[in-house]
Amino acid sequence: MLDIRHIVKQYSQHRALDDISLHVPKGSIFGLLGPNGAGKTSLIRIINQITAPDSGEIYFDGQLLHPKHIERIGYLPEERGLYKKMKIGQQMLYLAQLKGLSKGDATLRIRKWFEKLQIESWWDKKVEDLSKGMQQKVQFVATVVHEPDLIILDEPFSGFDPVNAQVIQEEILELNKKGATIIYSTHRMESVEQLCDYIALINKAKKVLDGPVREIKRSYQQQVYVIAFSVQHDGQVPNFSETSLFDVIEEKTTIDSHEVTIRLQNGNTLNNTLLYFIPKVDIQQVREVVPSMHDIFIDHVTESTTNKFSHYE
Amino acid sequence: MNKIILIINREYVSRVKKKSFLLVTFLVPMLFIGMYAAIFFLTKQSYEDTHEIVHVIDKDGSISKQLKNNKNITYSFSNTDLQKQIDELKNGAKNTNLLIIPADFYTVRKIELLSAGKPNISTQNEIRSQLRDITRNEQYRKMGLNVDSIRHIDDNIQIAAKEITETGDAKDSHTEIAMGIAMGLCFLIYLSLVLFGTQVMRGVIEEKSNRIVEVVISSVKPFQLMMGKIIGIGMVGITQFILWILLSLTLMTIFSTALLDNKEVAQQAMRRNVTELPGEQTTTANADFDWMAALDSVNFTELTICFFVFFLGGYLLYSALFAAVGSAVDSETEAGQFTMPITMPLLIPYVLSFGVLINDPHGSIATWLSMIPLTSPVAMLVRVPFGVPTWQIVLSASLLVGGFIVTTWFAARIYRVGILMYGKKASLKELLKWFNYKK
Repeated sequence: MLDIRHIVKQYSQHRALDDISLHVPKGSIFGLLGPNGAGKTSLIRIINQITAPDSGEIYFDGQLLHPKHIERIGYLPEERGLYKKMKIGQQMLYLAQLKGLSKGDATLRIRKWFEKLQIESWWDKKVEDLSKGMQQKVQFVATVVHEPDLIILDEPFSGFDPVNAQVIQEEILELNKKGATIIYSTHRMESVEQLCDYIALINKAKKVLDGPVREIKRSYQQQVYVIAFSVQHDGQVPNFSETSLFDVIEEKTTIDSHEVTIRLQNGNTLNNTLLYFIPKVDIQQVREVVPSMHDIFIDHVTESTTNKFSHYE
Repeated sequence: MNKIILIINREYVSRVKKKSFLLVTFLVPMLFIGMYAAIFFLTKQSYEDTHEIVHVIDKDGSISKQLKNNKNITYSFSNTDLQKQIDELKNGAKNTNLLIIPADFYTVRKIELLSAGKPNISTQNEIRSQLRDITRNEQYRKMGLNVDSIRHIDDNIQIAAKEITETGDAKDSHTEIAMGIAMGLCFLIYLSLVLFGTQVMRGVIEEKSNRIVEVVISSVKPFQLMMGKIIGIGMVGITQFILWILLSLTLMTIFSTALLDNKEVAQQAMRRNVTELPGEQTTTANADFDWMAALDSVNFTELTICFFVFFLGGYLLYSALFAAVGSAVDSETEAGQFTMPITMPLLIPYVLSFGVLINDPHGSIATWLSMIPLTSPVAMLVRVPFGVPTWQIVLSASLLVGGFIVTTWFAARIYRVGILMYGKKASLKELLKWFNYKK
């Protein structure tokens, strides 16, 4: 859907984007991650043609990005708002018409969306009479009303209560199912794993990581497992230092069970490790520790090069 | 292109529909016209209601015969002695005056008017006017001139005065009118430029602080948004002016047919205005200043066209600057430090207009100020009522067009960056940096 090639953006002393290349597959939900000030918003503004890159180019659906593509993009900026004194209905019409819809078309679609979100009664209300969350809902409709092929959401869930956040999340997934490609920019990692198929991580103007979420997570598997067991009749917890199959990262003991977090040593398998455990203890649970996106994010952003998962040690 | 029309439409409709717009549009001319109507009405009332008795003590002896009674003044020529009449006045006889004409009246041209209470101004004017006629006639007679033919020649002089006005000589007899109009126009254009410019700035700040600006410029170019806003608000201004003119004309017609049917009253009111102006005594032989002729000498079509041209040019120029300022700040209170310097070039000719420009509308200061695009809207409108060669108006207007193209280009470069900068306090240095950003 979107092919971003070698984008550079320089603001006098500060380089906002440094040779960024990304591929956003059609029909995907693409997470654009990075801490504040990493360059996410700069990149998004370039995609929306609000600003232009100093060098590099972007291809939209195979064509070089062009002002005519604006009508196929829906953008929910992080810094967003509405005209306070304008009636909701009129405001929606205005924004939809700016995106190239005819007045009749826009009216129909807005009505449909308002019905769907059960906010029809807001048509003649002014924005200043709505709560923050209500405004966000209206704003979401304004972003997607022209049925864009590419929807760019910058922190879409900020300002929503959990119930409405859920409603909006479902709408996003439904739009995606209908074929829209979604770029989801955030620094909140919890939602990334639920939503995104692909991610790109940007830090300090540079891309540090990108690819399908599943692959990234697999590449970050560290052969770390948690094994929970209860001790046998003699009450002795085995001394793990005698084996070279794995390293112990953490040991925890509760009243009726023990939990040990281990990292397999090179060339060893989980099966072998379990063979070691079986004669000694009653295994209750074995689970692999998969790094969350949050961990991966923190890991890259804090630039701890020595210990991949410092918080485990 | 279609989108800029949408923006203009929103800016225009949202403002014209506001109650404050209707209020200002309809109340301001009502207030002005109402004020004048009230003045005329009161004049008429007081003029019709008063009737004064003037006892004349004529020491010369020939003058009292020439005084004529009219609706408001009755002269009485009693021979009672002076002291007795003064005593009468002391006792508070109402509407009674005592006019003492000295024996050497024709040489000193000085009289005394005693009255109970404050002397009535219209009575004074009437007496003065009659005595002036008498004195003048006496002087003509002494010179051996025929009074009637003199009056005929006077009329010719008035026609000549109209000619002089059109060639632009400042010493013509209608200078006062030109001054009045110049001051009015100067005030109106200064006020409206600042007013509508500030509206543009407020609009920009509103969009920025509402955070809607990024939503909008993901659909249109920042330049389109800025120009749409400027044009939309400019159209609001023009609508307001046109409505004002139409309303004023309507009210003026109603008012003049209803109240000015009595020509005498009108003349009385006019005369009073004129005699209050300094230096008027020497202008014409006829004491009745021909107000209507003076107004006829003013080219209202030219003035209106000039006003619209220079308002538009000045508005486009200044509103672009105001838009740039609005984009650079987060709130209106912050805007103060920037609005000061940009309104300076407007304020200078406005302040100067009271002295330098009006006294010497074709001097080098006035001419230069009326050419420089930043000051020309105000300065040129001060000069136009005095008659400015067409080539100068055209040159100044073209320079203004050039000026607003340059400032718009300049402002747009700051605007496109400024609207996306939140919470960053802009300094002049910062603005220059924005200006140099490559898009």
